[in-house]
Amino acid sequence: MDRSRPLTRTVFHVVLVIFAIIYLYPFVIQVATSFKSDPQANANPLSIIPNPVELNAWKRIFGLTPDSSVPILHWAFNSALVTVLVTAGRVFFDSLAGYALSRLRFRGRGFLFTAVLAVMSVPGVALLIPKFLVTKYFGIYNTYYAMVLPLIVDAAGVFIMKQFFDTVPVTIEEAARLDGASIFQTFWHVVLPMARPALITLTILSFQGSWNEFSHFLVTTQSPQYQTLITGLASLSRGTLGSGTQYPLKMATALLTTIPVAILFFVFQRHLVRGANEGAVKG
Amino acid sequence: MASTTTAPRRRVRAASGGGVNAGHTLAGWLFTAPMIVILGLFLVFPILMALYVSFTSWNGNGSPFQGGANAPLVGLRNYTDLFTRDGLMRQTFMQSIGNTFYYVLFVVPLQTITALGLALIVNNKFLKGKGFFRTAFYFPSVTSSIAITTVFLFLFGNSGAVNAFLGLFGIHGPAWFSDPRGLFHLAFGAFGIDNPGWAQADVLGRSLWEWLSGPSVAMMVLIFLAIWTTTGTFILMFLAALQDLPEDVEEAAALDGATSWQKLRFVTIPQLRPSIFLVTTLGLIGTWQVFDQVYVTGGGQPGGTTLTPAYLSYGQSFEEFEYGQGTAIAFIIFLIIVALTWLQRRFLAEREG
Repeated sequence: MDRSRPLTRTVFHVVLVIFAIIYLYPFVIQVATSFKSDPQANANPLSIIPNPVELNAWKRIFGLTPDSSVPILHWAFNSALVTVLVTAGRVFFDSLAGYALSRLRFRGRGFLFTAVLAVMSVPGVALLIPKFLVTKYFGIYNTYYAMVLPLIVDAAGVFIMKQFFDTVPVTIEEAARLDGASIFQTFWHVVLPMARPALITLTILSFQGSWNEFSHFLVTTQSPQYQTLITGLASLSRGTLGSGTQYPLKMATALLTTIPVAILFFVFQRHLVRGANEGAVKG
Repeated sequence: MASTTTAPRRRVRAASGGGVNAGHTLAGWLFTAPMIVILGLFLVFPILMALYVSFTSWNGNGSPFQGGANAPLVGLRNYTDLFTRDGLMRQTFMQSIGNTFYYVLFVVPLQTITALGLALIVNNKFLKGKGFFRTAFYFPSVTSSIAITTVFLFLFGNSGAVNAFLGLFGIHGPAWFSDPRGLFHLAFGAFGIDNPGWAQADVLGRSLWEWLSGPSVAMMVLIFLAIWTTTGTFILMFLAALQDLPEDVEEAAALDGATSWQKLRFVTIPQLRPSIFLVTTLGLIGTWQVFDQVYVTGGGQPGGTTLTPAYLSYGQSFEEFEYGQGTAIAFIIFLIIVALTWLQRRFLAEREG
């Protein structure tokens, strides 16, 4: 507030530093613990320098030990597969629908947009049993189809794209249309290239959402072969896999789930920040 | 909002001739077809299926839609049992409601105040390293709830980092995740009050004393976890709002001799009201949906004191195989969230008016 008072300035900085430590230190401990042995993790939980450095947890993750009770590489494969498919689907289908809702004049458009808003307000936890019922009903329960198909379009993404297209002037598109381009050609060659910022936001949100997805996979699959890093880590943490506390292994696996999102976050930080605010508009 | 901005444009475009708009109807439905199919088949349709299942007592065998011994219709019983029939089900459900009530009571105000406070500090012009602090506070928000909960299970373990830290000051920390003692019970205990006669009244299947427990020690960890993971997003929302505030109002207040505190209290905070409303609403909606954290920490342990309605709905279905009951609970959560949002809107509308 008052920029002439050094005392205020110091107090503010101290407050921020304390909070920054609270927010970041758990991650530091997590990294350090992944390089400790089980007894060491329990004996010195606070130390951030593992001594000696113990690679056992990471060896287990990369399949370098005979113990294959925790097939983390297979989980990572599933996570990557599902994330790529869901993200690609969302980016394409959400922008198609968002474009139509923003630009194309057709009967029923208003109703569709109202329906999108209504769908967005359905709380996710109310959908657990419905998703289980419907995948059973269609005979795709416990398959990759059940994991991917229900997620490849999301109402929030359609909403973000619609809001974005609303802000883009229509003149360029109309020029392309008058030159004889079809609606889809216009959309593909003219509109999408202009929509880059919104597409990046949508890609990040979709990637983060499907990589971190938990409950959907929990209720639509059953076999261990379909476990992702997140569902696998959940059963590991819940204590249904392996024995003992296995903290280093758990911390390393949790770290592995965090790394892709963290990289994405640091590379596209500005877009993610904007996305968080755009997502907020829906409330 | 959308209709007011598009209406005038539609008239202009219609007047400019039909050529450019030709084929819009077909393209419109084709472009939205994938969305309609996916959201229709995997969202709207299954909700209707679930609504039907909530009127049956399907046990998970066979099809839920063919009646018979596996899924007899029971009318509204799955709903009324939760409120009117004395028994274990009502007791468990009411415990989950009580747990969540305390969870919301602590999380929503604390996360809003923490986020607002940190945003106000970070927003100061003279501060150095703004970008770093913003990143640091936001980082927990991008990671998965499962990974974060795993880390917290270690940090708050019996021999974990938090107790080791407390030990540095000679404090013997509790066994966080396995401590079912209620915070308010502990406070009562400090005054020598333990399950007194006046607290024996039965309220919806639980004694008044049980209702007054406060969040358990284990729940406090989940409360802290929620605040820790959500404030980052809310800080960004407040920062965006703060940057949009007109500077001249604040300058005028400064010219009138307002102190920093007065400016904050009478100028900045009132202008932030829409953001505060948004953050509390998002907080309320989020806090009634806690599921992942409860799943990882063992499904409501210790003693059911971290059980939430969202987890109970799952557990009742997939662990107890009473799908009708579980689905009914899911619809009640749905109604609670809708009602809360509506109430808060009303409340704020009245204060504005």
